[in-house]
Amino acid sequence: MRIERRLRQPWWLVVVVPVVSVAVAFVLSGFVLFLTGHPPLKSFHRLLDAAFIANGALSETVVSATPLVFTGLAAAVAFRMNLFNIGGEGQLYAGAITGATVGLLIGGSPSPLIFAGMIAAGAVGGALLAAIPAILRAFFSTNEIITSLMLNYVVALIMEYLIFDSHSYLRDTSGFEANVFPQGKTLSDKASWSSLSIHGLVLPLGFLLAIGVAVLVWVLYARTRFGFEVQVIGDSARAGRYAGMRTRRKILAVMCLSGGIAGIGGASQIGDFRHQLDPRGLRDASYGYTGIVVAALARYNPFAVVVVALLLGGLTNAGFTLQGADFPAGLVGMMQGLILFCALGGELFVRYRVRFAW
Amino acid sequence: MGEVHALLGENGAGKTTLSKILTGLYRPDEGEIVLFGHAVEFSSPRAALDAGIAMVHQHFRLVSPFTVAENVVLGDHRDVGRSFLLRQREIEARVGELSQRYGLAVDPRARIWQLSVGEQQRVEILKALYQDARILILDEPTAVLTPQEAEALFETIRAMAADGRTVIFISHKLHEVKAVADRVTVLRRGKSVATVPAADSTPRSLAALMVGHELDAGRRPTDRGTVGEPVLDLAGVCADGDRGVPAVNDVSLTIRGGEIVGVAGVAGNGQRELAETIVGMRPLTSGTVEVCGRRLSGGDPREAISAGVAYVPEDRLGTGVAPGLSIASNIVLKSYRAAPVSTGPMLRFGRIRDLARGVIDRYDVRTSGPNVPAWQLSGGNLQKVVLAREFSGEPAVLVAASPTRGLDVAGIETVHSYLRDAASTGVGVLLISEDLDEILALADRVAVMYEGSVVGERDVETATVEELGLMMAGAGGED
Repeated sequence: MRIERRLRQPWWLVVVVPVVSVAVAFVLSGFVLFLTGHPPLKSFHRLLDAAFIANGALSETVVSATPLVFTGLAAAVAFRMNLFNIGGEGQLYAGAITGATVGLLIGGSPSPLIFAGMIAAGAVGGALLAAIPAILRAFFSTNEIITSLMLNYVVALIMEYLIFDSHSYLRDTSGFEANVFPQGKTLSDKASWSSLSIHGLVLPLGFLLAIGVAVLVWVLYARTRFGFEVQVIGDSARAGRYAGMRTRRKILAVMCLSGGIAGIGGASQIGDFRHQLDPRGLRDASYGYTGIVVAALARYNPFAVVVVALLLGGLTNAGFTLQGADFPAGLVGMMQGLILFCALGGELFVRYRVRFAW
Repeated sequence: MGEVHALLGENGAGKTTLSKILTGLYRPDEGEIVLFGHAVEFSSPRAALDAGIAMVHQHFRLVSPFTVAENVVLGDHRDVGRSFLLRQREIEARVGELSQRYGLAVDPRARIWQLSVGEQQRVEILKALYQDARILILDEPTAVLTPQEAEALFETIRAMAADGRTVIFISHKLHEVKAVADRVTVLRRGKSVATVPAADSTPRSLAALMVGHELDAGRRPTDRGTVGEPVLDLAGVCADGDRGVPAVNDVSLTIRGGEIVGVAGVAGNGQRELAETIVGMRPLTSGTVEVCGRRLSGGDPREAISAGVAYVPEDRLGTGVAPGLSIASNIVLKSYRAAPVSTGPMLRFGRIRDLARGVIDRYDVRTSGPNVPAWQLSGGNLQKVVLAREFSGEPAVLVAASPTRGLDVAGIETVHSYLRDAASTGVGVLLISEDLDEILALADRVAVMYEGSVVGERDVETATVEELGLMMAGAGGED
C-alpha cells in the first residue's frame, strides 16, 4: 500500500470527502451509542431534532453559531497567509470589553447609532489587541502563535479584573446583591441589538453581520490585489518579497483584520445576547478556540465557515437540549470529537491517494 | 582492474531513479539486477550496502556536528561498527589508511561543519570505501567542485578503479565523462540508448545521443549587437550574508546595455548575496547600486523592479514562483499592481488568463493549462514562466542567478537563447553561474568571485579555463 500526492484534485473531491467523512463519523458514533445502550438511530433523530427541526431549535442553533462564524472567519483570514493567529479568543474578549464600554457610554443615543458605535468599538478593540503580535512578528520575527495565545490569558484576566476585582465602569455596582455577586452592568434596552424574524426563525443582527463579513472576506481574498498578495505571501513569503510586496505591512493588515473580525464577534455577544460583560460565560464558551476548528474544517473558505459554524453550533445546541440522566453530555462531546477527527483525517484523501498495488 | 562507467543523460532521463534502484531505495517493477553473476533483490538500502553497492548522493548525508571518523562509521553494522562503544582509535586509523591510499586528504578528527564542500565529498567517498563497497555510485560529484578539486576527484576515481572497484559516474557534463570514464551509457527518457567506449566518442557525439539530435555548441559568436550606455553600476558594494557576517565585499562592476557579464565562482562565494543585493532583497551595508543612472536606496525589491531590474533567482521554486499558485498567478506576480492586470483594487481575471495563455503559447510552456499549480511544472518549463514574466516587464537589467541549474540540455538551450535575445535587444545581463562553460559560451566579460570579492575580471575572448579556475580557487593573480 502506498500513499502518494495527487497531481490533480478533481473538483468533486472537495465536496465528497467532507460529506463521506461526516458520514463515517456518524457510523462510528452510532457504534459508541450502541455500546453505551442508546439506540443509535433514535438518538440521531433526537439530535437532529434538537439541533435543527424542533420548534425554535434552528433559532437557538443560529445563536450558538454566530460567534463561531466570527471567530472562524478571523482564523481563516489569518491562516490563509500562514499567520497563525491563535488569539481569536482574546480578541473576542477585547471586542466585548470595548463594545460593552461604548454601549454603556452612549446608551442614551438612538439605537442605530449605538449599534454602529458598538460594532466599530468591537472591531477596533480586537484589531488593537491583534496588532501586538502582528508588530512583534513583522519587525522582530517573533512567533505569533505563542504571543497571540499568551495574550488570550492576559485579556481574560483583565476582563475578570474589570468585573470581579475592581469597581470599574463596566461593573454593576447598583445594589447590595451586585456587590456580593459581582456582574457586569446591564446595557440599556436601546442598546440591545435588533433581530430579523422570518417565519419564526430569529436571525440576530450579529448573524447577519457575520454573513456580510463572510461575503466581504470572500471578495477581498478572491477578487482583489490585497487577496492576491495574501495568497502569494501565504504560499511563499520569499516569492512575495521577490515580487516587491510589502510583507510587513501585509502582516499588520491581515492580523488587524483578523482581530477586528473576532472583536466584532465580541461586541455581538454583548449587543445580541448577553447585554453585559460576562467574563465567566465568555471564557467557558471558548468561541475563539472553536473558531480555529471551524476555519480548519472549512478549509479557510469564508462561506464554508458559515456552514461549518451552523453544524457545530447545532451540535452544541443539541448537546444542551439532550444532556440529562439518560444522555450524558460526554456523548455529545464524543460525537463532536469524532466529526472533527474524521473531517480532518479525510483531508488526507483530498490531497493524497492510496494505491494498493506495488 | 575495475571499470569507470559513466551514466550520462539529461535531467529527468532516469539516472537518479536507476541509481536509487541499484542502492535499494526503490524497487524495480520488472527485470532483475545481476551482481557478480548472481541475481539479487534488495529489500532495503542496507541490503544493497551489504552486497557492496554504495552511493555518494548529490546532497551529502552527513551529520555536521560529528567528526569525520564518526560519520564514516555511522550506519556500519559489521565488526567495529557493531560494537556498543565507539572504538575511536581503530576507526581513525582505518580512515587515515584509506584516505592515504586513495588520495582523499581529510583529517579523521575534524568535524563536518569545519570542512569545505569538497572535503565533505571526500568523507562521503571514505564512508563508502570503509564499508568495502565494490561498486561506488557518484551522483553528479563535480557540481560543487572547482576545476582543480574535480581533477583531484578524477585521480581518486582512477585509483579506486585500479584497485579493482567499479565506479559509476553520473553526470551531464560531457567533457568530464570523456575525461574519466572507460565506457559511457547514455540514458534518454528512462531508456538506455547506447553504451559506447569513452575513447571512441566525442562530446558532440555524446550530446547527440543524449538529446537525440545534434546541438550547436561553442562560444558566443563575435558579431554581437552594439554595446550601449552603462545600465548597472556597482561601486564598492558590501552586504551581509544570512548569518550576519559580510558575504559581499567591496564589489565594483559596470554592465552596459546589450552586454552579458558573467560572474564565475564556486558556490557560496557571495554570488547569490550579490544578486540579492542588486535586486533589493538584501540591504547594502555600504557602496552604491545605480540603475540607468538612478541610485537605488537598496533593500527594497519594489524600488529595483520599478527601476527596471529583472531577476531570475537561483531558487526557482519558492522565490521565483509561488509554488502553490497557478501559472497564471505567477505570470502576473510582478505586474498585478497596475493596469491592465488590475483596475483599482480589483484584479481582472479575464485578462490574467489571456496573458497567461499568451505566455504559454509564445514560450511553449508544456502544461495542460494556466490554472495548473506551478510546482507541477518541470524545471525547464518553470524557468520559461519566470523568464517570460521577467522579460515582460521590459527591464534594463537582467540578473540571472544559475538560470540553468538542474535543467536538461534542451532547457539550457532555451534559457541561453532567451539570454542572448535579451542582450540583443539592449538589456544588460548579469549572469551568475558556477558552470564556466556556460559563461564562456554566453558572456562578453567574466568576473570571478572568491570569498565575497571580485578577484579578477577578464574578457572572454582572452580568458582561459585554467586561469579562471585558479582565480575561483582563490589562487588567481590579482589584476
